[in-house]
Amino acid sequence: MTRPVQFNEKVKVVDIPEGYSGEGFYATSFDKAIGLARKNSIWPLPFATSCCGIEFMATMAATYDIARFGSERMGFTPRQCDLLMVMGTISKKMAPVLRQVYIQMAEPRWVMAVGACASSGGIFDTYSVLQGIDQVIPVDVYVPGCPPRPEGIIDGFMRIQDLVHNESLRRRHSDKYKELMNSYGIQ
Amino acid sequence: MSLTNEQIKNALEAKFGTDVNTFEESFGMMSFHAPKDLNLKVLQFLFDDETLRFRFLTDITAVHYPDRVGEELAVVYHLHNMIDNVRLRFKVFTSIKDPKIFTATRLYESANWMERETYDFFGIDFVGHPNLIRILNVPEMDYFPMRKEFPLEDQTRIDKDDEMFGRGGKDDIVHP
Amino acid sequence: MLEQPNINLPEGSIEKTTNTLNLGPTHPATHGVFQNVLEMDGERVVSAVSTVGYIHRAFEKLAERRPYYQVTPLTDRLNYCSAPINNLGWHLTVEKLLGIEVPKRVDYLRVIVMELARIADHLICNSVVGVDSGAFSGFLYVMQYRELIYEIYEEVCGSRLTTNIGRIGGFERNFTGVAFQKIQKFLDEYPAVLKEFETLFTRNRIFMERTQGVGPISAERALNYGFTGPNLRAAGVDYDVRIANPYSSYQDFEFSIPVGTTGDTYDRFLVRNAEMWQSISIIRQAMEKLKDLPGDVFHADVPAYYLPEKDDVYTKMEALIYHFKIVMGETEILPGELYNAVEGANGELGFYLISDGGRSPYRLHFRRPCFIYYQAYPELIKGSMLSDAILCMSSLNLIAGELDA
Repeated sequence: MTRPVQFNEKVKVVDIPEGYSGEGFYATSFDKAIGLARKNSIWPLPFATSCCGIEFMATMAATYDIARFGSERMGFTPRQCDLLMVMGTISKKMAPVLRQVYIQMAEPRWVMAVGACASSGGIFDTYSVLQGIDQVIPVDVYVPGCPPRPEGIIDGFMRIQDLVHNESLRRRHSDKYKELMNSYGIQ
Repeated sequence: MSLTNEQIKNALEAKFGTDVNTFEESFGMMSFHAPKDLNLKVLQFLFDDETLRFRFLTDITAVHYPDRVGEELAVVYHLHNMIDNVRLRFKVFTSIKDPKIFTATRLYESANWMERETYDFFGIDFVGHPNLIRILNVPEMDYFPMRKEFPLEDQTRIDKDDEMFGRGGKDDIVHP
Repeated sequence: MLEQPNINLPEGSIEKTTNTLNLGPTHPATHGVFQNVLEMDGERVVSAVSTVGYIHRAFEKLAERRPYYQVTPLTDRLNYCSAPINNLGWHLTVEKLLGIEVPKRVDYLRVIVMELARIADHLICNSVVGVDSGAFSGFLYVMQYRELIYEIYEEVCGSRLTTNIGRIGGFERNFTGVAFQKIQKFLDEYPAVLKEFETLFTRNRIFMERTQGVGPISAERALNYGFTGPNLRAAGVDYDVRIANPYSSYQDFEFSIPVGTTGDTYDRFLVRNAEMWQSISIIRQAMEKLKDLPGDVFHADVPAYYLPEKDDVYTKMEALIYHFKIVMGETEILPGELYNAVEGANGELGFYLISDGGRSPYRLHFRRPCFIYYQAYPELIKGSMLSDAILCMSSLNLIAGELDA
């Protein structure tokens, strides 16, 4: 069934960061330019364990397209991805696996805990469920919901984009960050 | 001519006499008890017999009855005769101190993981099972969680403030 | 911890030892968390050991703590792709225990919801089989209609995925006109999309080469392994709980059971597609039958178990007492023991419930079809190539929530 071709004319162009420009050159600071580039091309690693994973599939599909935000390619290997999206319940059996995946990611890396189970154990206050992934890895954004609507996941994603945009280039070498990593036992 | 519960009962009593007892019918399904040493013989009989033909094992699970001293753990088998569309349940009881039951894996392949799950939750040792290790819980776990004496929550949590949930705290009664 | 079976290299192998490949808990393409350690002879699989339990959430122990109406959200999370079937299966079990009989209209509405859930689950399974064999666009075409099904669920119960739909004795609110409009829209638009999906895959040379002969199983082995559902029907056995033990007025509907021959991946794909067509026909029949029934009945008249209307609770004494008793868990539940099964999207989903008359079940066990048929996976892939092993796994429709519970 054919439809007439439609072009999207309402494309929003991002503003350039403030800087000093002249004829043939434009000077700004590195972190603004790098922040802008990074935030619009985040490659997520969907660590989908349970029901929130299905809502993520809906987010990935055509209606709530997450490719608009630059995540066209879902990487499934930690070495190539920036954002670890943990979606679903993490049990105690799975926690070492999650930690291993986090350790294998290259800096800069961000973590988003999608859903109530990943944020805090959710409705499962049992002997076998890890009560929140922040027991094993540091988390940047928590998205509540059981499961969160795709709009919620996209909102979390946009918060991550804000974090990426505003991050200073020296953050990963600062003492505060090292202290955070040490508190989790990650080198 | 479809198979009725009466016929099943008569056939079982003819073969095993008084070993099979406590025939009950609830919601259309018949259930009976058998001694634990005969569980394989009963399963084999129900499989081979040409009128009974219970050739599909629907489920194996266990129940913990702490009040029945000496027979606390019950292993429950659900069987299904697909040709005549009849279901059947039978239970074998074993004591909690020495819970050994013969495995049904030689007859039904599906019993393999079902028995591992039952072992994982209740601690029943299935004699002759090819690979009786924990399946759902972490392998280092040393207790059997579904038994009635163990609690649901993880007791090693330090971040949960029980007072906010209406329990715990120094003045509250501890519920078993 | 892992058992190492006796690994013998097959005849004609040029390798000296087998390779161990870990198809670990983190999979590409959202399959769920379970682990397979494969012993490979080059590209061929010699043996496999499966590990499950990476998402064990202790449902059975949780259910012993909660009153009956609070167990429904737990059942949602079993096979989360088709949550309404699990919910309604649980409600049917409790209604059987308590001897509640629901009116016909409720039965027909339940049938509509369950068949929509079955379509939703088979949609995901078939399109993911397509994705795993390299064809991503089938998934995108068909997910739009899963969004429409989500909208229908939202109209009925308020939630998209983990629906907690219905109550013991019926539904929590009547289906609105908007819900019926959306169901009608689905019935009008979805058949064309399903036809397009089938045209893309069913006679596609590449897809057929990739899926025929992959992971076959004979009917006797399938029965011995405890298969039920589309996987068993693809192997040739026409066992369907909706016909064998009809529940929720399924006997009033006319539908056929599609059956395959070899039980391989291609047959499973075809059986699921055919079942989707049957489900569409069942929903049409239900919509027709609903026209003859009075439109304001949506629950059984059991005030002891079904929460009364809020304005009655605030004005009438009996309604207040019933409300209090139900919420505080003091209603009389009859002691009893029963096993009830419904036809889930993956097979026979059974609920073994023992009640001792108390507020929560004494013992509740879920007979989960995925858990039982996943044991057959090493036998299905023995001797096949690695990519076939992946396709076989995705065609079995393994949902991690149902594996572990």
